[in-house]
Amino acid sequence: MYAFTQHRPATVRQAASLLAKQEEAKLLAGGHTLIPTMKLRLAGPKHLVDLSKVEGLSGIEMKGRSLTIGAMTTHVEVQTSPVVRENIPALAELAGKIGDPAVRHRGTIGGSLANNDPNADYPAAALGLGATIITNKRRIPADEFFKGLFETALEPDEIVTKVQFPKVNKAAYVKFPNPASRYALVGVFVSKRSSEIRVVVTGAGANGVFRVTAFEEALKKRFGAKSLEGLTVPADGMASDIHGSAEYRAHLIGVLARRAVAAAG
Amino acid sequence: MPAVALTVNGKPVTGDVDPRTLLVQFLRENLRLTGTHVGCDTSQCGACVVHVDGKAVKACTVFVWQIDGANITTIEGLADPNGPLHPMQEAFREHHGLQCGYCTPGMIMTAVDMVNRKGHDLDDPTIAISAAAPATITS
Repeated sequence: MYAFTQHRPATVRQAASLLAKQEEAKLLAGGHTLIPTMKLRLAGPKHLVDLSKVEGLSGIEMKGRSLTIGAMTTHVEVQTSPVVRENIPALAELAGKIGDPAVRHRGTIGGSLANNDPNADYPAAALGLGATIITNKRRIPADEFFKGLFETALEPDEIVTKVQFPKVNKAAYVKFPNPASRYALVGVFVSKRSSEIRVVVTGAGANGVFRVTAFEEALKKRFGAKSLEGLTVPADGMASDIHGSAEYRAHLIGVLARRAVAAAG
Repeated sequence: MPAVALTVNGKPVTGDVDPRTLLVQFLRENLRLTGTHVGCDTSQCGACVVHVDGKAVKACTVFVWQIDGANITTIEGLADPNGPLHPMQEAFREHHGLQCGYCTPGMIMTAVDMVNRKGHDLDDPTIAISAAAPATITS
């Protein structure tokens, strides 16, 4: 691992100023992607700005029809939160399927979204529920947040502080996990909020998380697994690696989407 | 060099560390608590699991300064060195719950965490799933 200097700011403002001031600075949340990446020398930040001492970045709150989760809230906190379980149970279930218990004790929602790993689970929930990512500067709709592999709309000194999820009528997430890492080989998140239907895929796209508009259109006529029968996603644009070919991933999208719609009820 | 102060197995410890020092390195190299093992070193296998403030954490994926002030329990702190084994250690011994034994400390710390979290909700299917995927206990 390359040498670095650690910083432990107490406020978002201090953290943002460190990010802006220091060359090659990176934020450290739960560290469960960044630390392994640094060990492999795939990342070599000169400065690590740790967010664990920053006040007000954790917590879960339901206000009206909107669920707000602080960026430093851990996966296990989302998984076990009675508020999340009552209002958006699919989100609690998704959080409980990330990695393993030790990973869920450290990993955070803000870290996962800002990293935008193409096989991560949270990007599917954020896009699949039409969430809003709140930063120290602005509010970014999930539709404009994810920009490709490990790329987001975040500016260099921008910090995710909260994520806001609207309550939906129906939602479910089904994933085919890599048996070792538990990352999604393919994961499909579906949701229905009045007339808005979203079908979102993680793990499969060569360019990260994406919506399947053809499936969404079919579900608008009738929200049921039958509406998706015979519909497929072309293998073009799918990721292909030792874990699964593009064709296999495309096939899984159809299977998992039907299961997710059935699970959402 | 960041200064750290932790409680490890009930005893206060301090150290000045290079910022790169991982919790598992601090335990093994500074404190000579070599019961915690490094397995994959890629945040997957779970051989290095210890308890940080009562929760299972992979000690290879935390800088020690990140958890300054925390209360750590390692495999050495599970039972009194002069007393009987912890019931989980005894259960692993009784049922030969190990293969080569290298990852056993992490498996035991993970299993204790599972009991702590699930209590009486810990059922046979959960245990069976974990036994089928021992490298990474997922529930």
